[in-house]
Amino acid sequence: MGATAAVELRHITKTFGSVVANKDVSLTVNRGEILSVLGENGSGKTTLMNMISGIYFPDDGQILIDGKEVVIRSPKDAFDFKIGMIYQHFKLVDVFSAAENIVLGSGEKGRFNIRRSAKRVKEISEQYGFEIDPMKKIYEMSVSEKQTVEIIKVLYRGADILILDEPTAVLTPQETQKLFRVLRRMRDDGKAIIIITHKLHEVLSLSDRVSVLRKGEYVGTVMTAETNEAELTEMMVGKKISLNIDRGEPKDPEDRLVVDHVNCVSRDGVQLLSDVSFTARSGEILGIAGIAGSGQRELLEAIAGLQHLENGEILYRNPQTGSTDNLRDKTPLQIRELGVRLSFVPEDRLGMGLVGNMDIVDNMMLRSYRKGKSFFLERKEPKGLADRIIEQLEVVTPDVNTPVRRLSGGNVQKVLVGREIAASPTVLMAAYPVRGLDINSSYLIYNLLNQQKEKGVAVIFVGEDLDVLLELCDRILVIGSGQVTGILDARSATKEQIGLLMTKTNGGDACEHA
Amino acid sequence: MSMPEKSRREPKFHIVKRSSIVWWKAWLVRVAAVAAALVVCALITVVLTGKNPIGVYATMIDGALGTKRRVWSLLQNVAMLLCVSLAVTPAFKMRFWNIGAEGQVLAGGLATAACMILLGNRMPSSLLIVVMAAASIAAGALWAVIPALFRARWNTNETLFTLMMNYIAIQLVSFFTYKWSVPKGSGQIGVINRETKAGWLPAVFGSDYLLNILIVAGLTVFLYVYLRYSKHGYEIEVVGESENTARYIGINVKKVIVRTMLLSGAICGIAGLLLVGGTDHTITRDIAAGRGFTAIMVSWLAKFNPLYMILTSFLIVFLQKGAVEISTIFGLNDSFSDILTGIIIFFIIGSEFFISYSIRRSGLKKGEKAA
Repeated sequence: MGATAAVELRHITKTFGSVVANKDVSLTVNRGEILSVLGENGSGKTTLMNMISGIYFPDDGQILIDGKEVVIRSPKDAFDFKIGMIYQHFKLVDVFSAAENIVLGSGEKGRFNIRRSAKRVKEISEQYGFEIDPMKKIYEMSVSEKQTVEIIKVLYRGADILILDEPTAVLTPQETQKLFRVLRRMRDDGKAIIIITHKLHEVLSLSDRVSVLRKGEYVGTVMTAETNEAELTEMMVGKKISLNIDRGEPKDPEDRLVVDHVNCVSRDGVQLLSDVSFTARSGEILGIAGIAGSGQRELLEAIAGLQHLENGEILYRNPQTGSTDNLRDKTPLQIRELGVRLSFVPEDRLGMGLVGNMDIVDNMMLRSYRKGKSFFLERKEPKGLADRIIEQLEVVTPDVNTPVRRLSGGNVQKVLVGREIAASPTVLMAAYPVRGLDINSSYLIYNLLNQQKEKGVAVIFVGEDLDVLLELCDRILVIGSGQVTGILDARSATKEQIGLLMTKTNGGDACEHA
Repeated sequence: MSMPEKSRREPKFHIVKRSSIVWWKAWLVRVAAVAAALVVCALITVVLTGKNPIGVYATMIDGALGTKRRVWSLLQNVAMLLCVSLAVTPAFKMRFWNIGAEGQVLAGGLATAACMILLGNRMPSSLLIVVMAAASIAAGALWAVIPALFRARWNTNETLFTLMMNYIAIQLVSFFTYKWSVPKGSGQIGVINRETKAGWLPAVFGSDYLLNILIVAGLTVFLYVYLRYSKHGYEIEVVGESENTARYIGINVKKVIVRTMLLSGAICGIAGLLLVGGTDHTITRDIAAGRGFTAIMVSWLAKFNPLYMILTSFLIVFLQKGAVEISTIFGLNDSFSDILTGIIIFFIIGSEFFISYSIRRSGLKKGEKAA
């Protein structure tokens, strides 16, 4: 301590239209230190960091680097100050190798010499303990390898102030540990590191200090050694909240949806799902855990009739008629015509579940507009539904005629989930339904899922937060590289167990679990 | 508090996306854009030609609206441009880049001309007109549905495909103008059925143009209602906004593409009918006169709203007519009028930026927001 801070923010304010993203935020990070910036989704963490890395320009306030006020107008300016940001969504060229991506845009003088660059990449990797093959193409890499490339990219350009935006969101627990070891080594090397996160245990295990944001405002900074999870949660959400989600016992569960040896291959011949089998039962929540992109989306889309199956069956037991229907290779329309009440909250809310430029009423009609023989649309009923959802789920919107893309993430999701539940489904699938939502909206969604479960709906919930999966679900199916690696009882399973299953593949050297 | 010296200058302005804008402000921006464009045009006129800009503008208005005949001709041209613009709109709303309206109009016009020439004196004129209408609609729809089918079946690129279809249509018209030319070998058809007027669309209330205008007015209302209130229109919007959403709710995207292009082509066919049967009574390669492309601009400028398109097509035709008059009266060549038209359209399109975004001065305190 005592030395000048590597980065100091003073009274930073940033607004987007009428939305205040950051209000009067001040914080500092020193060299040889890891600072966590903690806050819920939408609390303005990323916006704040984007102002250091030159993506946004603050409306008000000052940024000081090594005690000198600076103006950062572009990412290039930020690089000149040796600031490097690693984004949540990687910015890499797929068909280039790691070394090529790292050199790209670095503005090196002289002739391009990939071998020399590759050697430098090797040196950096060895110095900090990365494992990387500089000649490997990006499209052949796992998510964690891609992230490594991103980190080396900024180090290669000489960054000594590193900002990482939610770096662990896409990693398994084991990969997270590896990343943390690397980050600690960089800290010991005298670099200033800022890590954006909303995961408390990571904050506690990694950082030296924690700065907390809440709804765009700076709450405070504490030394990690002097705090605990409860205190941080309180700072983050403002009041103590119980993390407990009510979980009732499933009431007379019966098999509703049987997925039987399903295989699915992408257009490029990549195996997306291999030999997936499971049963979803009425009155229970089946959680699906896995690293992002392990086949969760394809699995749900296959059930919803949006993905062609190589082989296998998807059988639906109709509770009204008692008959069993095979949904394989049926279109969503044919599935509905069979009387299957299947609701689906897709991961991509504005790209699939809703139409961003349409208003709430028109989005309500997406499922039902075909009703009736008339050539014209009937907007009265959808309008009523929109009004009901706005009232019951407390959607914040100027009126029903507001395009949904203007709503905040939480309200968009309420509109989507509200519509899907209004169809009184017998099977409800939800993919990452709380992603990007604040705690209150998240709990509202959990409660809605629980209500559906109590009504006897078979709920399938794809989640990323293992704590939530363990508290909300009855059973958890773990998927890894398109294979089911285990189905666990959520009441007795542990996070470590799930973490291990997430990285396990059935073939090869993985050990068998009983 | 001591201020350390800044290492760089702060940017003076920055651009902020507006969350919304009141309608009258948006129109204020547009009117201001036109005014600014006129000022720039005036300056350029003075610098380049030394003429009095007020006189130039007066000539422009005179050229477009000066006489009764000119007004009718203006309205007829607005109607034709509007008709083609209406035709491309459903396709563009569906994000199907149909730049083949030119060819579809030609196909419709050629079918009309064929009926007039081949069946001209073999049936009563009223029946002939019905046959002409059916043939032109079918021809336009056929020309549009071919690329749509290929897109739906093999996912071909509709932009290139529709563009290429234009050239085929132009060559077909060339071929038949030669084949049917009067006198033989002259390469021109001339006025068809000059004596019998068989297949000429009737004059309404003594005006040759009124029928065309009324038909297009009807089409405008139809398309407005179709896009806004029908299930088909709803499907078009969903497919255009997000094909994934369309799949998700079970819309048959291929069917919607084919159906919409049939409609788009059919309206182009009607435009061909009106041009050949209604006003020109002949066919040439240039009968569509670039409207297939200008229509795209009309449609975009109006944000795909058929009612706004009346305004945008009027504006563009007015500018064209006025500009031509300028070049003849002042002895300037055609390029000069194109320059003026270009500047005005540039300003109008540019004004949309200021409607979506506002420019703020940096470092303003809250409360004294820049307007």
